[in-house]
Amino acid sequence: MLELEARTEPSRLMSWASPLLAVALMLAGGMLVFSALGKDPVEGFRIFFLNPVKDLYGVSELLLKATPLMLCAIGLAIGFRANVWNIGAEGQFMLGAVAATGVALHFDGADSAFVLPAMVLAGALGGAAWAAIPALLRTRFNANEILVSLMLVYVAQLFVSWLVFGPWKDPDGFNFPQTRMFGEAALMPMVLEGTRLHAGFVIALGVLVAGYAFMNRSFAGFRMRVAGEAPEAARYAGFSAARMIWVGLLLGGAAAGVAGMGEVAGPMGQLTDKVGSGYGFAAIIVAFVGRLNAFGILLASLLMALLYIGGEQAQQYLNLPSSISMVFQGMLLFFLLGSDVFINYRLRLRRRAV
Amino acid sequence: MTGRPTHGKTPDGTPRLVLKGIGKVYPGVVANEAVDLEVRPGEIRAVLGENGAGKSTLMKIIYGVTRPSAGQMLWEGKAVHVENPAHARSLGIGMVFQHFSLFETLTVVENVALALPGAPALDELAQRITEVSERYGLPVDPRRHIHALSVGERQRVEIIRCLLQNPRLLIMDEPTSVLTPQAVRKLFETLRQLAAEGCSILYISHKLDEIQELCHTATVLRGGKVTGECIPAQETPQSMARLMIGKDLPHCVHGSARGDGELRLRLAGLSHACEDPFGTDLKDIHLDVRAGEIVGIAGVSGNGQQELLRAISGEETLAVKFPVQICGVEAGRLKPAARRRLGLAFVPEERLGRGAVPGMSLADNALLTAARGQDMLAGGFVRFGRAHAFAQRCIEAFKVKCNGPAAAAKSLSGGNLQKFIVGREILQAPRLLVCAQPTWGVDVGAATFIRQALIDLRDRGCAVLVISEELDELFEVCDRIAVIAKGRLSPTRPAAQTSVEDIGVWMSGMWPAADLEHQPPAGTPTEPANA
Repeated sequence: MLELEARTEPSRLMSWASPLLAVALMLAGGMLVFSALGKDPVEGFRIFFLNPVKDLYGVSELLLKATPLMLCAIGLAIGFRANVWNIGAEGQFMLGAVAATGVALHFDGADSAFVLPAMVLAGALGGAAWAAIPALLRTRFNANEILVSLMLVYVAQLFVSWLVFGPWKDPDGFNFPQTRMFGEAALMPMVLEGTRLHAGFVIALGVLVAGYAFMNRSFAGFRMRVAGEAPEAARYAGFSAARMIWVGLLLGGAAAGVAGMGEVAGPMGQLTDKVGSGYGFAAIIVAFVGRLNAFGILLASLLMALLYIGGEQAQQYLNLPSSISMVFQGMLLFFLLGSDVFINYRLRLRRRAV
Repeated sequence: MTGRPTHGKTPDGTPRLVLKGIGKVYPGVVANEAVDLEVRPGEIRAVLGENGAGKSTLMKIIYGVTRPSAGQMLWEGKAVHVENPAHARSLGIGMVFQHFSLFETLTVVENVALALPGAPALDELAQRITEVSERYGLPVDPRRHIHALSVGERQRVEIIRCLLQNPRLLIMDEPTSVLTPQAVRKLFETLRQLAAEGCSILYISHKLDEIQELCHTATVLRGGKVTGECIPAQETPQSMARLMIGKDLPHCVHGSARGDGELRLRLAGLSHACEDPFGTDLKDIHLDVRAGEIVGIAGVSGNGQQELLRAISGEETLAVKFPVQICGVEAGRLKPAARRRLGLAFVPEERLGRGAVPGMSLADNALLTAARGQDMLAGGFVRFGRAHAFAQRCIEAFKVKCNGPAAAAKSLSGGNLQKFIVGREILQAPRLLVCAQPTWGVDVGAATFIRQALIDLRDRGCAVLVISEELDELFEVCDRIAVIAKGRLSPTRPAAQTSVEDIGVWMSGMWPAADLEHQPPAGTPTEPANA
């Protein structure tokens, strides 16, 4: 019979092979799903995974989608390493978008080079402020940050809706729930001519590098890792637990807020009630598939972006419902959690004792 | 002291238990190899060996917790494969573990009922518990809750739980490590009575004097193998130690303390209510520790040691400043890092998870407490080269056996990790070192090394406070000894002017003038209280 046997120490090889195994299993699972839906699995694979990256424009769209994912995920990873479970990046993303929109609308028509930097700052502050609520409740009243941050996502969604249906509604917008289009000075510059890939991508890469430096090189990052791996050791060393919670949530919130700013000042060009498109939740998967590591998150965000775009393609060419993306995302996380068992355990064939 | 056991008592006939060539291989470790062991009815056999010698694994095999990879087990002459502890109990094997498995919120009788098959009537069971406890001199009230019992009483509950099943073999795993010397006496009487009634006893220990006093025969294990069998009464502690560790027992070199050094730690009426409902409140604790002396605190575990350590280290801060004074600064409200800057170093009781992060390298673990003091930071970033060099220095100076500074803390044996942690704290040249259970679970060689390091540190003018449950250890290293009981601290006594017996009496909370306020006059060393 098959048995799981504890390894004497976690396998380093498996901790990196596990995401790859999960991707392979997700692909296999996807093939089965295509077959079950009466589609040719090879054709489905081609449209889902190869079609989106067949030309430069496709690649630029992939990078565009990956931008908010890597921003949110690196911020979350910092907290996750310290066992600070912020799962409300989606809400912090929306509040970042709201704050940036506020700046854009306030300076509407201005032609200053400072508008965009002010919007980035406002986005970061907006996201951080939203994340400060669970941080305050956790450090003051020991309220579980998982629940509080998650519930605040729905509050944020309603807040955005109120703004775009109410005070910020575009007077010339035929009553659509959206703000005015931003002026030229409030839009992200493009990095590739003829595509929608904007400067937010460059910012995201910079944040990834900064995230790497923070987590792997700084003393503050070291303290957070200690707090995550051995809370009693952190207490013994005198690393303040409250500070970890604040840093983890604020940095995560700020990164998500910048991602939200990138969406409204980038491809959308305005704030609508559809601003939150699940990036904040998908980023949780990205962070774990990327092993809470900056380079891993870069790769994982590209994969997750491919799932989004592949899903759209499948909708277009295979006549499948849009939820196919979510099915793939779910399979990826499911298989990852399953494969992670083999980091600490190995499979052994054992004959029954006589 | 009671007389030596008689040896002619072991009746002839079938041995109760025979192990033949037992081996156990864990991935990467050989825990037992070709172990032969025999125990007869009415025999008390010691299984002697250092930590990691394979004693516990062997007992777990007998009790069915793990299965052997090789060998045979005969129970009363018949070959058996013990499938699990329930099977072992049905055969007539009982075991009292070193760490108790009792539910704190349940009563004695409820705990016992949980271990018995079926659903026994509690009233009837309470009656049986009382009978057994009277018969074997194990007084315990079946209706009391476990959390209200002392450690010694909890152990009685464990023993009674075994005895109710009428075992023909009782395994005791390091039973005296949590007992006062007086409670040890009582336990020995019970065990002798059981043996006289024909029960076999396997007594696991590394304490040579106890084995000499109690056991008829001894099997000595080293490195998983049997290195010898002996009759303890015919041996000396030295000869048994040679069998156990392969060489003579090492000793510490200990000069006398100066006693007039600068005041480094003063506890001035430290009281603290513990948040944990099963913790111990600290009540009006007074203590002075001076430069150039080692002060020891004895006591049975769970009497406030954890709480006292947390209050000194700063892991638990106080509402007021004055009760904890470190190097002349009122530090009651300071966090651990601030207290460390005053010159405090601290070795906690738990090595993995508190003193060191299990999954991190030794170099990273050096950062844990030495980052600021040893200049391992530059503008908020870690200078990994310096952390690596410091860890390397620590490994060399304290002879830590490992694969270098990159080795993960959890890959080290308990003794080596403890040497690393003690080394990390000592190399920072502290002015005051607080050390909890310095050699708990550490082999004899490493233990002597660590004790000598503490003495050397004292001789260099550091103040050292040691909290330990091992009285022998305290008498070996300390200049003055106090006792903690029920959250109160006794006056200190010079170690040379007191004895294990006196301290043992104090450990039950009865020291002279225990109820009086004890306030040493400021600026003078604490005098021994009049007995």
